[in-house]
This record gives sequence, C-alpha cells and structure tokens, in this order.
Amino acid sequence: MLLQAEHVTHYFGGLCAVSDFNLNLEHGELVAIIGPNGAGKTTIFNLITGVYHATQGSIRLGDVELVGKTSNEITALGIARTFQNIRLFKELSVIDNVRIAQYGQMKYGTWEAMFHLGGYQTEENRSIENAMNLLEVFKLDSVADESSKNLPYGMQRRLEIARALATHPKVLLLDEPAAGMNPSEIGQLMDFIRWIRKEFDLTIILIEHQMRLVMGICERINVLDFGATIATGVPKEIQNNPRVLEAYLGEGAEV
Amino acid sequence: MSTAEVLLSVQDLDISYGNIKAVKGISFDVHEGEIVTLIGANGAGKSSTLRGISGMVPYHGKISYRGKDLHKTAADKIVAMGVAQVPEGRGIFGNLTVLENLKLATWQRKDKVEIARDFERVFTIFPRLKERLKQLGGTLSGGEQQMLAVSRALMSRGSLMLLDEPSMGLAPVLVREIFHVLREINQAGTTVLLVEQNANMALRVANRGYVLETGTIALSGTASELLGNPRIKEAYLGG
Amino acid sequence: MATIPLEGTTWRTRWKARWDGLMAKRWMLPVLLVVGFALSFAIPQFNLVNQYVQLILIYIGINVILTTSLNLVNGYMGEFSVGHAGFMSVGAYISAILTTQLLPKALLPYLFPLEVLAGGLVAALVGLVVALPSFKTRGDYLAIVTLAFLMIVKSVFENIEAVGGPRGIPGIDKLTTLPWTFFWTILAIWVIRNFVYSRFGRGVLSIREDEIASDLMSVNTRQVKLQAFVISSFFAGVAGALFAHVLQFISPRVFDIIKSTDILIMVYLGGIGSIAGSIIGGTIYTVLLEILRPLGMWRMVLMPLLLVILMIYRPRGIMGLREFRWFVPLHDLIGTKLWRRKKEASDAPAS
Repeated sequence: MLLQAEHVTHYFGGLCAVSDFNLNLEHGELVAIIGPNGAGKTTIFNLITGVYHATQGSIRLGDVELVGKTSNEITALGIARTFQNIRLFKELSVIDNVRIAQYGQMKYGTWEAMFHLGGYQTEENRSIENAMNLLEVFKLDSVADESSKNLPYGMQRRLEIARALATHPKVLLLDEPAAGMNPSEIGQLMDFIRWIRKEFDLTIILIEHQMRLVMGICERINVLDFGATIATGVPKEIQNNPRVLEAYLGEGAEV
Repeated sequence: MSTAEVLLSVQDLDISYGNIKAVKGISFDVHEGEIVTLIGANGAGKSSTLRGISGMVPYHGKISYRGKDLHKTAADKIVAMGVAQVPEGRGIFGNLTVLENLKLATWQRKDKVEIARDFERVFTIFPRLKERLKQLGGTLSGGEQQMLAVSRALMSRGSLMLLDEPSMGLAPVLVREIFHVLREINQAGTTVLLVEQNANMALRVANRGYVLETGTIALSGTASELLGNPRIKEAYLGG
Repeated sequence: MATIPLEGTTWRTRWKARWDGLMAKRWMLPVLLVVGFALSFAIPQFNLVNQYVQLILIYIGINVILTTSLNLVNGYMGEFSVGHAGFMSVGAYISAILTTQLLPKALLPYLFPLEVLAGGLVAALVGLVVALPSFKTRGDYLAIVTLAFLMIVKSVFENIEAVGGPRGIPGIDKLTTLPWTFFWTILAIWVIRNFVYSRFGRGVLSIREDEIASDLMSVNTRQVKLQAFVISSFFAGVAGALFAHVLQFISPRVFDIIKSTDILIMVYLGGIGSIAGSIIGGTIYTVLLEILRPLGMWRMVLMPLLLVILMIYRPRGIMGLREFRWFVPLHDLIGTKLWRRKKEASDAPAS
C-alpha cells in the first residue's frame, strides 16, 4: 500500500467538509475523485498535502503518518500537486518556478548560500541543468527565461505539472488538469498523463469533471457528495450507478 | 448571418505579453442579438481577445462598441456602457459574502423588481449558491466560485456579455444547465460573446463562431457550418 | 525581439544599447570595487573632497546597508517590517557601550570591526526573537509586531540608567572611517545578493508570490523566513554600529519610527526586490536630503511629494523587481543559454 487514508474527517467550524473518507492506493495506480461542485474534492487534496490538518483519521504514505506534518515535509516525502486555479509564482521566470521546487533536494546550507562556498556552485549548475532538462520534456525550454505570467494558459498548466515533478514525487495529485482544455487537447492530455505516469514512475490521483478523461484513463473512481463517498468502483460501474447519475452526471448523460 | 446592427467590432487586434504575441491582427464583428463564440486551442488568443475588449490589457488595433472607439476607455467605463463579463480568474471578492458579491453586480441598476427576479433566476440555476448566501466568497470551492462569477455576470444585465469559459470547473450536470441559461438570456435580448473550450456545447448554442489558431482567425462561419466541418470535428470536437 | 515599438524611442534604444554594452563588461565590477576601496583610503588621506562630503559618503554607505537589508524582508519576501530602526539601535547601543565603557581606549581602532560584528550579532539574535512568534501567522501581523518591538526597544533604552536613559550615550569615539564603511557596505550587499541567488533566496521570492504554493513545492517557508529576517536584522545592527561611531552621540530618540520610515522610503524609492534599487534608493535619498537642506522645513514637504509622484509613475520604485546584470551570478544569467548551446552541439552530429 503506497498511500492510505482511513476514516478521514474534517470540519470547517461547524461545517463537515469531509466525512469518513477512505482511500487505498497501490503503487502505479491512477485513481479519480469526482463529484458535484463543493463536494469536498479539493479539501481532500488539501488534507493529504498538509494545507489542512484532518480533524480525525489517518493518512499514511507507506508507513509514515502525514496528519500533523507541514506541507513542505509532506512534499519532501514524495507527494506533489497542481492547483485547480493555477498558482504559479507569476512574477518569476519559468525556470525559477521549477528551481524553487528543487529546494528540498538541494543540499547546501545557509553559510554556503551567503558566501557562495562549498557545494553552492556545483549544485546551482546542476539545478539549472535539471530544470532545463525537465522543461525540455514539457516543451517549455524555449520560454525558460520568460515571466511565467506571460505564458499562455495551456503552457501555464504544463508548467505547473513540471514544477510539481521537480520535487521528485511518488504520488502526484492533479486538481482538474483538463480545466480550460478543448476536447482534442483533452485527448492529448490523456496520453500525456499516461506517459508521465510511466516515465516518472508515478501514482496519480486526479480530480476532474471531464468524464471522457476520467473514464478513459482512470482505473478506479471515487465519487464524493457532501463530503462523503457515495460510490467507488471501476469506470463501468460508476457510469451506471443511479446515485452518481442523479447527483453528478445528470439524466441521460453521454459519457 | 444576422443583418442586425453591429454591436461590437474588432479590427486588426494585436496583443502581446512580454515577448510573446498572443493575438496577431484579428478582426470580427458581433451583431445585436447574436451569440458568437470564439473557439480554438489553448494559447490561440481567445481569452486575450476578451481581455482586450474589456480594457484589461493594452492592445493595438481598433475595438468599437456601438460605434464608439474603446481604445482610450477605462475598464470600469466599458462595464458602465453595458459590457458585462466574467473576469479572468473569476474575480470573486473573497472577503465579501455570496450575497454581497451578487449585490455588487447590480449596483448600477435601478429596476428593483427585475433585480429581485434575477436573484430568483440565479438561485434556480444554482441552488447551491442560495445555500451559501452568508458564506464568504473566498471559502467557496472552485466550482462554486465559478457559479458565483457567472451569476454575477448574469445579474449585471449588460447588453453585451463577455463569457470566458463559463463551464470551467463545473460538474457535467451544471455545464448543460449553464448553456441552457445562456440561450435563455440571449432570447431575453442579451448579446453574448462566448469563449469556450467545450466547443461542442458552444457551437450548439451559438449563431456564429470564429476559430482561432495561434493568434489568428483560421476559420469562421455559422455555428452549424462549423459543427459540420470535418476539420473542426477532428481538431476541436474530439473526433 | 517582438516587443511593441513605441514612438520616439531612438534616444532610448541608443542609451539602452550603451547600457547593455557596459553591463556586459562584467570585469568592470571587481575593478570598480578595487578602485573604490583605494579611493576610500585616499579620500581622507589626501582630503580629496572636504570633510562634509566625506561625512555624506559615510552616511550613503550606512543608508545603503539599511536599505539593502530591509529590502530583503519588505521587497524580496513581500512582508512589511517597520522595525528596522529598532535593530539598528540594538547594534548602535551594543557597540557604543563597548566603546565607551568596556574596551581599552588604546585598542579601540583595532577592535572596531569586532564591535560592529558584535552589534550585528546581537541585533540578529533580537531579530530571531522577534521573528519566531511573528511568522506563525501571515499578513499585516509582522508590521504590528515590529512596530511594538520598535516601541519596546526605545523604552528599554530610555529606562536603563547605565546607558544614559533618555539622554543617551554621548562622546562616542569617531571610529567609523570611510574604508570601514566601504568594507561593510560591500559585505552587506555581497552577502544579501548571494543569499538572494541561492535556493533560500528563491524560497524568499516564492513566499512573496504565493506562500502556500511555496510550502507545497518543498520550500521550508518557516526556516527561510527566519533566515531572511535574521540576516536583515544583522546588517541593520551593523549599520547602527557604524552610525553610532560617526554621529558620536546616540539616544533612544534617534531610532524612532521616523528613522524606520526613512529606511522604508529608501527601499520603495529605489525599488522592491532589487540590490541595484537599494543602492540607488539609499544614495539618492541621502544626497537629496543634503541638497535640499537649505529649504529647511519645506524639505519635509518636498521629499514625501517626490515619493508620491514616484509611486504614481513607477509604483514599484526606480528598479522594482529588476536588477543590474552585474549583480546577477553568471550561472543565473547565462545558464539557460549555455544549456541550449550544449544541446544544439549534442543534437547536431545526431542529425
């Protein structure tokens, strides 16, 4: 078991945002969380990555308990994510966006940084090299020196994934990766997600409303409504589940 | 093609960000009463075009609304002239409640009765928002914020509505609802310029469409022509 | 370059080309440093300029240290500290006590660098104590905490009779020389610039852009914030020590909110997030204050007015978020180009 969430419950004030959420993720799996708007999907990502601390329950990566750890510790342990509304470091260059994500892997300390001594130079050179190699994979190397805010939307989405991968994650959480993409781009995205899963040896959880993508690439689906799981299963089961049809897909949906 | 009055005219529009050219000399018209959609891949320049029209980014070229040149017009004046919009990044006021966000959209309207009816209409479309009236905008989920942004544009009742991907981040059942509403408000007299990735849905509600590719107009025509075009089918409708 | 051509840019483009040419000559920076250092000895030795100008040169150095160090917190990190005068006063008092009460007079000129160092270290320690609770929350909190700190420090010094209470410490030896000022100014600029162009410095920048995203990208935001604040406080203390030994008299009133405001103005005038901006801001402000001295009271009307005008036309300051290429480490400047060239070289034989 790579990632395991058990009985995770979270309250905002008196409002129950997630109730008794469970998830078991094996190495290499690709799982989707779907559900109506406001069902608590992003909250689950925030709980896994330490942005919020679960009120109850346990989330473990391997044997390590994640609840109570800070976000940067969790990222260093191997969980990276993207955001629904892109959250790049806008004023900074494309390459710096990626290099910031290398923070946890770079080894030199404060004194070496202040006086540019010791491992500083070799590590910085390697950081640029690695960042450019990664950007090349995502076809972003030609815009490495641009401010990330100047990139068109699709490139910003790609950069967010590249930045997440720069932290060397085992588990990648994608929050609506297909938002703002047209059907043919979604087709390419599906290939792309399959490819990075293989290439970077990833286990992926994704939140998505584009059913073609969810049904096309995910092995298992977890449907949330009002913070609770209302259905789990393989795509075929979910498509025909009456509760899911009613709460989420709509009557007579073509998926 | 509609013979009605030209409401919005865009000529030789150029927009750049830093060294990146987003829009390269595009021209198109939107006539009174139409739904016109801009479709195309990411980075084709659709959103930039909308931002240019609403006065949010500097541009070269000519944009006129009801015959008036918008080049020197400030963004707030453009809104006051009747151009409503769902701004970039949803533009929710995070520290105001849902109700306050909605009320702000109606601040320049005087028709109290109509406003009340619009509130009802918005709540029928998005019952979720009614449940969250007292909640702060910033604490809504992403999809709920999108509902709020679209509702706000609906409430401001402009004569031209600029919509930048209204379906983004919404559950499938709501996506269909939104397009249904779009057609309704259009029939009630609002002209719509719609940027949408969901080209399939967009072309089904639109009268005409323009296909943008890397900052230029590659193709234009009536919605049904575009829907039937095999090239469009392959490139934007997902086969 | 695909930038939009603006009308009437001929002189502008010409100057830009000339400027770029100058900035490309990186060897000039060390040469200038050596020349500057030599001059800092020569000027007082041979009285190349009069005493008054020498004094102003020292103040420019001190103000540049203050500006650069505050810029680290307020510009690069995007927090808002108003306590810089407080850290300055800690450095000033520590070093002044060492000079007037503890150290043997005869050795003072030789021990001066250690006094300055001590002033900086104690200020850094105080900075750590202030930062620990303030960075647990975000937003305007730091402004309030540092404001409170400023008032506390002032009343502490006012109430300790051993350091003169409200009367302060008079008769401090004039130990701050032009060479020492030059040395500490260059050290401050160099260390802060080094820090900014390191993994921690990039962390500082990412906190300004989006702190939550920064944390999620593995940046230890808490640690990075502490580092930046402590380094900033250290150099405020250094500047305070230099300041005490040129003014030769310090009292709690010297380090009040007005002093902090002066430093803030220099930061925002020169430009946030820029070493070059800090140098320009500190220099221009110091010089302007002196040039406008004949105006008397009107100076305090004119200066804020200038600032308002600047904020309207250049809201990020003269050099906001931009940098002289001389100050950017070579690998940051041309790393991507080198990578592309290497790539082309390795691709060429393959195809």
